[in-house]
Amino acid sequence: MTAVTTTTPTRVRPARRGFPYGRAVAWTVMGLIVLITLLPFYWILRTALSTNAGLSADPTNPLPVDLTTSGFERALGLQSAEEAIAQGGAGGGLDFWRYLLNSVLVSTLITVCQIFFSAMAAYAFSRLRWRGRDQVFGLFLAGMMVPAIFTLLPNFVLIKQLHLVDTLLGIALPTMFMTPFAVFFLRQFFMNIPKEVEEAALLDGAGKIKIFFRVVLPMASTPIVTLGVLTYITSWNDYFWPLMVSYSDSSRVLTVALAIFRAQTPATGVDWSGLMAATLIAALPMLVLFACFARRIVSSIGFTGIK
Amino acid sequence: MTIASSSPPSRLPAGGAAEARSKPRTRRTEASENGGDGRLAAAFIAPALLGFVVFLLWPTLRGVYLSFTRFNLLTPAEWVGLDNYVRMVNDPIFWDSLWVTVEYVVINIGVQTVAALAIAVLLQRLTQSAMLRGIVLTPYLMSNVVAGLVWLWILDTQLGIGNEIISAVGVDRIPFLADETWAIPTIALINVWRHVGYTALLLFAGLQAIPNDMYEAARVDGASEWRMFWRITMPLLRPVLAVVLIMTVIGSFQVFDTVAVTTAGGPANATNVLQYYIYGSAFGRFQFGYASAMSVALLVVLSAITILQYRLTRAGRTDLG
Repeated sequence: MTAVTTTTPTRVRPARRGFPYGRAVAWTVMGLIVLITLLPFYWILRTALSTNAGLSADPTNPLPVDLTTSGFERALGLQSAEEAIAQGGAGGGLDFWRYLLNSVLVSTLITVCQIFFSAMAAYAFSRLRWRGRDQVFGLFLAGMMVPAIFTLLPNFVLIKQLHLVDTLLGIALPTMFMTPFAVFFLRQFFMNIPKEVEEAALLDGAGKIKIFFRVVLPMASTPIVTLGVLTYITSWNDYFWPLMVSYSDSSRVLTVALAIFRAQTPATGVDWSGLMAATLIAALPMLVLFACFARRIVSSIGFTGIK
Repeated sequence: MTIASSSPPSRLPAGGAAEARSKPRTRRTEASENGGDGRLAAAFIAPALLGFVVFLLWPTLRGVYLSFTRFNLLTPAEWVGLDNYVRMVNDPIFWDSLWVTVEYVVINIGVQTVAALAIAVLLQRLTQSAMLRGIVLTPYLMSNVVAGLVWLWILDTQLGIGNEIISAVGVDRIPFLADETWAIPTIALINVWRHVGYTALLLFAGLQAIPNDMYEAARVDGASEWRMFWRITMPLLRPVLAVVLIMTVIGSFQVFDTVAVTTAGGPANATNVLQYYIYGSAFGRFQFGYASAMSVALLVVLSAITILQYRLTRAGRTDLG
C-alpha cells in the first residue's frame, strides 16, 4: 500500500473534539517564546531614550521616561565631559562613530577577502584536477576540528611579531584568507554545477579562469551572498580576538568599545541610558542587514549548521 | 505499508554523487590532456593555503609547543618540559575553573537543547511560518557582548525590570549576576537566549527531512502528537541531534565574552570559566606558556567529548532508510 492522498496540507487538522486544547497551549508557548525573544530589544530602545534620573525614579514604566536622546549623544561623544557626568555618564570620551567605522572596515575586509579566496580554493577543490587535491582538502577538513579559540593565543603572538598589534589589519588577518568552513561550504555548491555548463563555456573558447568568474561565481551567487552575510555578522560580533589585538581608538571595534563603556561607567550609578544607546548602535546594523536577507538566511541555516 | 520515498533533504548537497559522476568525464577536457590543471590550481589555492598554514596550522602546532615553555612575550620562549602541566594539575584554581565551566556547559546545553527541540517541533508541527523562524533567530544576530549587557540591565538588582517584576510578585530581589550561586546559571541562561533560536533552526532543518507521510500515516492510526514525537520525530532526528549536540557543547566550552562583560570572573571566582582563566594568565600575568598548557588541556577535553558523544549517540546511523 502506498500513501495515497497526501495533498492536504498538514497544518489543517480534523477537529476531532470541540476546542483544540493542545493547539491552544502550543500557541501560548510559541507566543511566550516570541515575547522573551523580542522584549529585550524593546527594552534597549526604551532605556536608551530615557534619562538616568528617570530610570531610577520610574523603573517599571513600559515607555521611555523623560524622552530624550542624551544617551545617544553621550555614546557618540557629542557631549562635553561635564555634561555627560551631570547626566550620569562617565565622561570618558568614547566615540562610537569611530568604532562603528572600525567595525564596518574590519567586517568588510574580512568578508570580501575571505569569501573571494575561499571561493577560489573551493573552485580548485571542485572543478580543477591536480595531484594531491584530496590530501590538501583533507587537511582543510581536519582544520575544522581545531576549535577557533585554540589558535587565538599563538595567533596573537604571531600578530605581535608582525608588528600588527592595534591595527585593523591585525584584527582582520587571521580570518581574511579563508576559513575551512567557507571553503567546504562553497565547494559543495560548485560541485553541483552541471559539468555540461562548464563544457559549453570551454567549447566557446573560455579558459578556466574566465569560467570561474563568468560561470561559477554567478551561478553560485545565492550561497555566496548567504555565506557573506553570515561571515559579516560573525566578524561584527567577535569580541575575544579584537580584545586581544586592539588597545586604542585606532583599532577599537564596537564590541570592545561596549565592554569598555560598561567598565568605565560609575559603579554606584551605572549609566544605563548611555550604555543601552551604545548597545543599540552596535546591534542595529546587524538587525537591518538581517531584515534585508532574513528569508535567505533562515532557509539556509540547516546547511550552515556544520559551522 | 510502505513509505513512498525517503529522499534526502533537497538542500543538502549531494556531494559524493557529483564527484563520482564528474571523474570519468573530465578526461575529455583540454587541460586534462596536459596532465591536469596543476599550475592554475596552485594559483587558485595559494591565498587560502597561505592563510591555512600561517593562521591555522602553524598556530595550532605553536600552541602545543608553547605549552612546554616559559614565555612572557618579551623574551624568547624557554623550554621547560612538562613544568606547566605539573603546575596545572596542582593548581586548585584550574580545577575550580574547569568545574565551573562544566557546570556552565551542563546548564547551558541542557536547557538549550530541550528548548530548541521544543521550538523546532512547534515550528514544524504548529506553523511553518518563515517569519516566526526569523524572529526566533534575531538574538543570534547580537554579539555575546550585547546580549550580556542587555540582560545585565534587565536583571539589575536595584533597577532591572526583571527584579522589579520579581519583587512585585512578592519575592525578594535576586542579585542574579552578583551572587555566587546564581551567577553561573544566569550566564548560562543568557547564552541560551542568544543561541536557542539558531539551534532550533538547525533541528528544524533536520525535521524537514522526515517524510510527512509518516505523520499522516500515524494520524490515520490515531496516534497523538505526543506519541508521534517519541515514536517518529525523536528516532529519526537522532543523527542530526547528535551533530548539533557535539557542535553546541564544543561552542559552550569556549564561553568567554558573556563572563567578561557581566561578571569578570567574579564574585569570588564563581564565574572564572576556563577560557577566562586562560585569558587572565596570558594577558594579565603574561604566562603564555601556562595559558597554552591549559588551552591544550581544553582541546583534549573537547576532542574526548566529541568522540564519546559520537559513539554514544551513534551519530552515523539513521533509522531512516
